[in-house]
Amino acid sequence: MVVTGDRLDSTFAALADPTRRAILARLASGEASVTQLAAPFAMSQAAVSKHLKVLERAGLISRGRDAQRRPSRMEGKALADATEWLERYRKIWENNYQALDELLEELTRDATKRGRGTR
Amino acid sequence: MTTAGTMQITLPSDRAIAMTRTFNAPRSLVWDAWTKPELLKRWMGVRNDWTFAVCEIDLRVGGAYRFVWRGPQGDMGMGGVYSEVAPPERLVSTEKFDHAWYPGEATNEIVLLEREGKTVCATIVRYESKEARDGVLQSGMDQGMSEGFDKLDEVLAAEVQK
Repeated sequence: MVVTGDRLDSTFAALADPTRRAILARLASGEASVTQLAAPFAMSQAAVSKHLKVLERAGLISRGRDAQRRPSRMEGKALADATEWLERYRKIWENNYQALDELLEELTRDATKRGRGTR
Repeated sequence: MTTAGTMQITLPSDRAIAMTRTFNAPRSLVWDAWTKPELLKRWMGVRNDWTFAVCEIDLRVGGAYRFVWRGPQGDMGMGGVYSEVAPPERLVSTEKFDHAWYPGEATNEIVLLEREGKTVCATIVRYESKEARDGVLQSGMDQGMSEGFDKLDEVLAAEVQK
C-alpha cells in the first residue's frame, strides 16, 4: 500500500459530494475561476469556494497564485491513486471468485468420487 | 439468473453495496469455502505475489476472525467479529481493515441460496455512512450506475489516459 489511508479518506470524502464531482468534471476540460465555476450552479461564489477548499485539501485540485482570479486546476494524482486502489479492489473480487470457481469444481469432483466409492 | 460467472453489483440502500455471483456447486460446499481456513486460504486474496499469512476463524457468534495477506509491498490485514452464524445460509460479521481505506467499520453479510444445484452467493457490505459507501463506489466498481457517477467516470477515464 503506497497510498496512506488518511489521504484516501480525504479524497473519498471530497468525492462523495455531487457538486464537487461536477466541479471536477468541469475542471477536467481546463482551469477555471470561481466565477466561471459558480455559473452553472445555483450557488454563491462563497459556497463554491468552500467546495474548492475541500477539493484542494484532498489534493484533487490546485489553485493559481493570481490573487484576483486564483484559477483552479485539476490535479490527477490523488484521483488516480484512489481509482487505482479501488479498481484493484474490484479486480480482487473477480479474481477471488474465479479462484473459488476452481476450488469448488475440485471439491465437487471429490465429493462425487467419494459418493460413488461408498455406495 | 443462475448463470455462473457473472458478478452483479447493486445498491440495496444508501449505505450498502451488494455483490451477487452464482457458483456451480451446492451451497454446503460454498459455505465451507467461506468458513474453513484451509479452503478460504486457497481462493480469497491469493493471486500473483500475494499469499495468506494469517487465516484464523472462530466460527461462532461473538467469535473473531483475522486475515492477513502478504504481498511484495507488505502486509494487508483485516478482521472482525461474527454476529450471526447460520450454516449453510447466512454469515454476518464486522469488517475493518488495518489500513483503513473507508471511514469507520463495515458489516459484511453473506447469504447463500441454492437453486438447481447451483449457489447464488450474495455479499452485502454495509458502511457506517453514505459517504463511506459512496467513497467506495467512486472506484467505478459499477460504472454507469447513475448520472453523477457517469460524470465522474468521464473524469476518471481522462485521468487514466494521462
